Amino acid sequence: MGAKLRGIRGRINSTKSMAKITRAQELIASSRIVKAQQRVKESGPYARQITRAISALVSHNVGVGHPLLTERTDSKRVAVLLITSDRGFCGGYNVNVIREAEGLMAMLRDQGKEPVPYIVGRKGVGWYRFREREYADDWTGFSDRPRFENAETIGRTLVQEFGRPAEDGGVAEIHIVFTEFVSMLTQTAQVRRLLPLEIEEADEAPEEQTGGVLPAYDFEPSADAVLDALLPSYIESRIWHMLLQSAASEHAQRRRAMKSATDNANDVIETLTRVANQARQAEITQEISEIVGGANALAETSAGSE
Amino acid sequence: MAKLRVELVSPEREIWAGEADMVVAKTIEGELGIMPGHAPVLGVMVDGSVVRIKPADGGETIAAMVSGGFFSVASNEVSVLAEYAQLGGEVDVKAAREEYQRVSALEGDEAAAAQRRARARLRAAGQEV
Repeated sequence: MGAKLRGIRGRINSTKSMAKITRAQELIASSRIVKAQQRVKESGPYARQITRAISALVSHNVGVGHPLLTERTDSKRVAVLLITSDRGFCGGYNVNVIREAEGLMAMLRDQGKEPVPYIVGRKGVGWYRFREREYADDWTGFSDRPRFENAETIGRTLVQEFGRPAEDGGVAEIHIVFTEFVSMLTQTAQVRRLLPLEIEEADEAPEEQTGGVLPAYDFEPSADAVLDALLPSYIESRIWHMLLQSAASEHAQRRRAMKSATDNANDVIETLTRVANQARQAEITQEISEIVGGANALAETSAGSE
Repeated sequence: MAKLRVELVSPEREIWAGEADMVVAKTIEGELGIMPGHAPVLGVMVDGSVVRIKPADGGETIAAMVSGGFFSVASNEVSVLAEYAQLGGEVDVKAAREEYQRVSALEGDEAAAAQRRARARLRAAGQEV
């Protein structure tokens, strides 16, 4: 076997084993998307109920003047939470989030504010470290399978930052950049303002049975106490929702990236096989012409001697 | 008679949903029994308490340990939103009892909450504490 042919066969083999790996990654990601979507769905009832309860409270005007609902003007610092993944191999997932965040931060700087990044996921942390940029805090190790505790920890830290006075580096606003799971095929990086709160209606259709008018609630023990207990939970539930959406998006993007990697590998294998066949044919042709040429030369010499 | 529509949910999943005759939850000011026709209420639950639901089909009372969260009652709909919740039937009694033994030796505010949670878990499982 010629050297060229051997080289090509080697490349075919390595491409084949790469295709096997990417194919396996693709299958793993597909099975996890379903689970991740399921979790997004399961978090729905809680999110819906808590949104309703908060809307009820706010419509009773108990929230007026609550620190989590009022705009702060004393501080210029703005926290930006980036939700990225822990692992790569997921196409443009992290790039999109980071690009969106960069846009947001540039906008905030134009408004004379000072963005302070907070990061979820090793890829985001790596991006910042590589560029030697400052960031305030990071949480890693759970991007593909978040737990509610993670949302709790993040929520607590951010609310604490928001509650601090301006001299101590308290932030005036909190924004989150995450990837929304629109469908299996579409996931888009999104920016949401978390604090001061804008009560977001739950994703599902508005309440039918209450007819839009919220009942006059009694509060146990008191309206202010309920609001105090409820707002942090609401924030945690929002973060939780975004973490779950991002996890589902991560899996979907990984599946797509791995699928195109496998397809590419198969294309490469096909092209290389053609080249290998050609090389083999060329070798055979050359051998035949050498034999024929040799035989002819032999025949000529023996004919001449007779 | 009208029934209550009850949803017991935690952020991670819906734990129980169905019709019920009565729901008992514990707020900071004491236990509150909710029956059909109750006035709208929003209450904060004690961290580490037991919620009891009496199903409308006459089945056995459902007890669940909850830590943190709140409940809302409006037009015969009861939603119990717990930051963490576990049905009594899902409690590993042996592990829960060991946990209770461990935390009851501790002291301080954190430990008090942990003790309440451990006790609630055992009570939800139908154990005497």
